[in-house]
Amino acid sequence: MGFWHEQLAGPTDPARDAGWGTDRQPRKGFFTDTSICIGCKACEVACKEWNTLPMDGDLSILGMSYDNTGDLGATTWRHVAFVEQTADRIADARRSGAALVDLGMPSARPPDEAAVAEVPDFRWLMASDVCKHCTHAGCLDVCPTGALFRSEFGTVVVQADVCNGCGYCVPACPFGVIERREPLPDKRSAERVGVAQKCTLCYDRLDADLTPACAKACPTTSIQFGDHDEMRRRAHERVEVLHAQGLTEARVYGGNEHDGVGGTGSVFLLLDEPEVYGLPPDPIVATARLPEMFRAAGFAATGLLAAAAFAFLGRRR
Amino acid sequence: MTVNAFDADRGPELPRRRRRGGGEGRRRDPNVMVPDAQFASYYGRHIVKPAPWGNEIPAYFFLGGLAAGSGLIGAWAHGCGYDVLRRNARLGAMAAVGLSGGALVADLGRPERFLNMMRTVKLTSPMSVGTWIFSAFSASAGLAFAVEAADLLGLGRGDSLPQKAIGAGVKVAAPVSSVGSAAFAAPLAAYTAVLLSDTATPLWQESYRELPFVFTGSALAASCGLAMITTPPAQTSEVRRLALMGAATDVTAYHLMARRLGEIAEPLAHGRPGRLARAAEVLTIGGALGATVLGRNRIGAALSGLALMAGSACTRFAVVEAGIESAKDPKYTVLHQKARLAARRAAGMRSDSITTA
Repeated sequence: MGFWHEQLAGPTDPARDAGWGTDRQPRKGFFTDTSICIGCKACEVACKEWNTLPMDGDLSILGMSYDNTGDLGATTWRHVAFVEQTADRIADARRSGAALVDLGMPSARPPDEAAVAEVPDFRWLMASDVCKHCTHAGCLDVCPTGALFRSEFGTVVVQADVCNGCGYCVPACPFGVIERREPLPDKRSAERVGVAQKCTLCYDRLDADLTPACAKACPTTSIQFGDHDEMRRRAHERVEVLHAQGLTEARVYGGNEHDGVGGTGSVFLLLDEPEVYGLPPDPIVATARLPEMFRAAGFAATGLLAAAAFAFLGRRR
Repeated sequence: MTVNAFDADRGPELPRRRRRGGGEGRRRDPNVMVPDAQFASYYGRHIVKPAPWGNEIPAYFFLGGLAAGSGLIGAWAHGCGYDVLRRNARLGAMAAVGLSGGALVADLGRPERFLNMMRTVKLTSPMSVGTWIFSAFSASAGLAFAVEAADLLGLGRGDSLPQKAIGAGVKVAAPVSSVGSAAFAAPLAAYTAVLLSDTATPLWQESYRELPFVFTGSALAASCGLAMITTPPAQTSEVRRLALMGAATDVTAYHLMARRLGEIAEPLAHGRPGRLARAAEVLTIGGALGATVLGRNRIGAALSGLALMAGSACTRFAVVEAGIESAKDPKYTVLHQKARLAARRAAGMRSDSITTA
């Protein structure tokens, strides 16, 4: 069971599990530091340009602050969230972040003589969201055609020419990232309609030793790209710096390999609870419980056969 | 707590968390740890994405279950020597297999690539496993159909060489098709529940214990219903008893599921999925009672069978549509996940949160 369990949950090296041998590369990922995001959306634009993504919907205004994109999807692989908060929400966030230190999470230190920062009256939260490239990726696990695969960089990529558009990966993603591309509203043709789409971590650019488009375009280094271990280290270091300044609302999202998806390839520094940004507070990849699910189905199937056998024997008696 | 100079001038506390979902009172199960009925979300938008599936998928679940049960009944009738029941069940299985396969292909974003399902075998994908189960069952059902077709056309009975060859083929194919249909029927009826549960859709994921029993029970009830419609009561006395067992399993498992899930099962009680679920219960129980009481009457049996089939279809549509509703409302994702995280922390598990300092 050890090998199989490792394939479904817990810390592991996903590229090795996928069978990459000598051509395996160090696992790559993003560190998105939302504390220095200015909401310019250069990442969204650079991503669209590089990956030739069509327009979203019909250019309507969503009425959600400065965000008219809404969420990640088939035509949006980087999405900048905007949240406006007043002092009480900021104080809440500061408390919930400080509580994470008290919980004795990995890498957390006791709150030493930390500064006490003033709570501002108002703040903007701006955060660039992206595919998490999970260690245990729900989308990849459930894909029936093998269109989704694990790259040598440990990332998760869709092969658009293999995907047959079954749509199973869409509800399987615990973060609601991947989506099937629907036809454009005005019926104009677009590429890859009907197949699942999401961030590839610029697989084509990685192959050429280039930085992904969003990280390259980010003017404040809010989006950093590099080796996964280094990204996680930077995230935890940055949280320590902010906590030392009394900004205890800072926290790492996705940097824990013992979480429900075995750790994410994209690590975030958030300034409030994840659900405020539209991120799940405790995602668990459904496949982790797949053995239990198959077991329950096995009992049900056996019951069906037993019922038929019972009727058969009842007749002969 | 941090205090600043402006604290004294602050107005009255406003509700801190946006609450969505109208004024409808929420049932609160004291056993479910929900830290706060109010919750934060990003403008009330969904966190997990709803499955992009139309009516084809619940229709497939219904037809696949109908095919599975009919295959099992056909094999069973073959063993018992019920000729009319055997023939009708096998023809029914073939029709249901054909229609369900069509529904599956129609739902794809790129239907012309449906054969890509066959380019790999993936045990982590219930859809891949199901594709192979469905293929194996289809082959068995197709073989059984060929045997019945040969019989109906009077082939394989003459003395000429081709007729003898067909006769020999039927002799081999008849038992093989029955064994195959029986062997793959149960997995075909059960795997669709795993397919739904292996997602991040709150209702489907959490219902993994009971849903296979709901689906196999529903499949059995529907296929017995079909047999009661197509076959005279003289050959369906055992089928009617099986229908009762299937309906009882379906309804019991459904209620156990709804009770255990508590708040996450709310979408099964409201709106269109709620109406479908109530219709499913009335039709399934009514059909089962009708089969027991009126089963010996040809008309009564057929009407009861129709009710069982309609009940099964309503069950599948209710579960699929309610799951999609549970994905659309962030309430079900956020409250449930926060509660389970808080429960783990309370139990001393402090190292498995995705959020860390």
